[in-house]
Amino acid sequence: MSTTLPSTPESPETGTARVKRGMAEQLKGGVIMDVVTPEQAKIAEDAGAVAVMALERVPADIRKDGGVARMSDPDMIEGIIDAVSIPVMAKSRIGHFVEAQVLQSLGVDYIDESEVLTPADEVNHSDKWSFTTPFVCGATNLGEALRRIAEGAAMIRSKGEAGTGNVVEAVRHLRQIKNEIARLRGYDNHELYAAAKELRAPYELVKEVAELGKLPVVLFSAGGVATPADAALMRQLGAEGVFVGSGIFKSGDPAKRAAAIVKATTFYDDPKIIADASRNLGEAMVGINCDTLPEAERYANRGW
Amino acid sequence: MSSSPPTIGVLALQGDVREHLVALAEADALARPVRRPEELAEVDGLVLPGGESTTISKLATLFGVMEPLRDRIRNGLPVYGTCAGMIMLADKILDGRDDQDTFGGIDMIVRRNAFGRQNESFETAVEVEGVEGGPVQGVFIRAPWVESTGSGVATLARLDDGTVVAVRQGNLLATSFHPELTGDHRVHRYFVDMVRAAG
Repeated sequence: MSTTLPSTPESPETGTARVKRGMAEQLKGGVIMDVVTPEQAKIAEDAGAVAVMALERVPADIRKDGGVARMSDPDMIEGIIDAVSIPVMAKSRIGHFVEAQVLQSLGVDYIDESEVLTPADEVNHSDKWSFTTPFVCGATNLGEALRRIAEGAAMIRSKGEAGTGNVVEAVRHLRQIKNEIARLRGYDNHELYAAAKELRAPYELVKEVAELGKLPVVLFSAGGVATPADAALMRQLGAEGVFVGSGIFKSGDPAKRAAAIVKATTFYDDPKIIADASRNLGEAMVGINCDTLPEAERYANRGW
Repeated sequence: MSSSPPTIGVLALQGDVREHLVALAEADALARPVRRPEELAEVDGLVLPGGESTTISKLATLFGVMEPLRDRIRNGLPVYGTCAGMIMLADKILDGRDDQDTFGGIDMIVRRNAFGRQNESFETAVEVEGVEGGPVQGVFIRAPWVESTGSGVATLARLDDGTVVAVRQGNLLATSFHPELTGDHRVHRYFVDMVRAAG
């Protein structure tokens, strides 16, 4: 286990780093699906999702509608919690620690401090150590991932570009994180100090990553997965699981596509199974060419 | 000690497979992931990891592991389940999905997510019968507990309030908690010894 964890308590203790990070370990190899209603949450659970992300609008609709995107209505989140037996996650705005406090009080199992919502603070992310509920955060590179972990994130997802149905940014960000980890592996002790400075991340975390050859928390991929092959691609590139947002409920046959993505995520290295899972799924979400996205509409640029 | 280490699989449909593979290797077993019926046929013992039991149950049925594993359990295959794995070894479960199947094998009723949601997840010291050297650190994550057991089932661990969190019936072992997350491999050694004794 990680060397940065505090010593283990003798009496029952909630909200420890091990309990928070351990929760994400249980999700590995699985698919976490965006849902906006209890009915969608049931479809996701039926399809084999390991957890659902409760939100008001899927990212594709947030893009279309514009305006400020915020935490969801507590009634909607509670409706989803009541509808399924699997873990329920929900999103707070970056730096909006009161939204996070509300989500914790509702009993969600994970909070996503997410760039998909409109940031509430352009300097600071929330202090995630001060919560019992664990946090997942997005990252486009290793330094960003380690800054989030330093703030208490117990799980990282590569950001990709949510709501586009285009996997290109997910690939870019995951490759970036994996490449930077591989480079650290080759550094000697002298070089790690300069590496920490360059990554703008705490030296202890940089050293830990260099030793482990991986992040000290679970790494999923997000932002643009629309097909079973997309999910398997992210797994083969090193993601320990995938978030699928608009890709499922913006497609022609959500139940079928959701089940197919679950199969392809487990058998990510078996092209025959991925082929079978990919048959007759109906329309995929239309998708957006990321080259034509104006800078202001790139969610991955939010957070730092 | 036997000269050749036993081959122990970890059911790798979903969950914290990697941590179990590491723990088993540290406990002197040859550890390998198992996702297919033909891979199941090649192991001397099997670990059912933590994860989401509804997902694991669904994938086990879809990919033809459910019946072959039930057969092997009936024929004495040593199996150790943690958390979701405990649920999968229970003959009967409470608070599961209506269509949720288990491999079964241990005559017990297990309540899913019994301790509550993630905010109620906790860790605490747990004394496990048969595991020497003091209590292990029990990590309970949206964990199940054992509601009741049949006469052939031995209780190996209880919390201070009496809640049953580890049991054994013959070659089957189950814990509500996750030793694989602690770096302390004594429970895995206990299981590796069970596999050696069965072989």
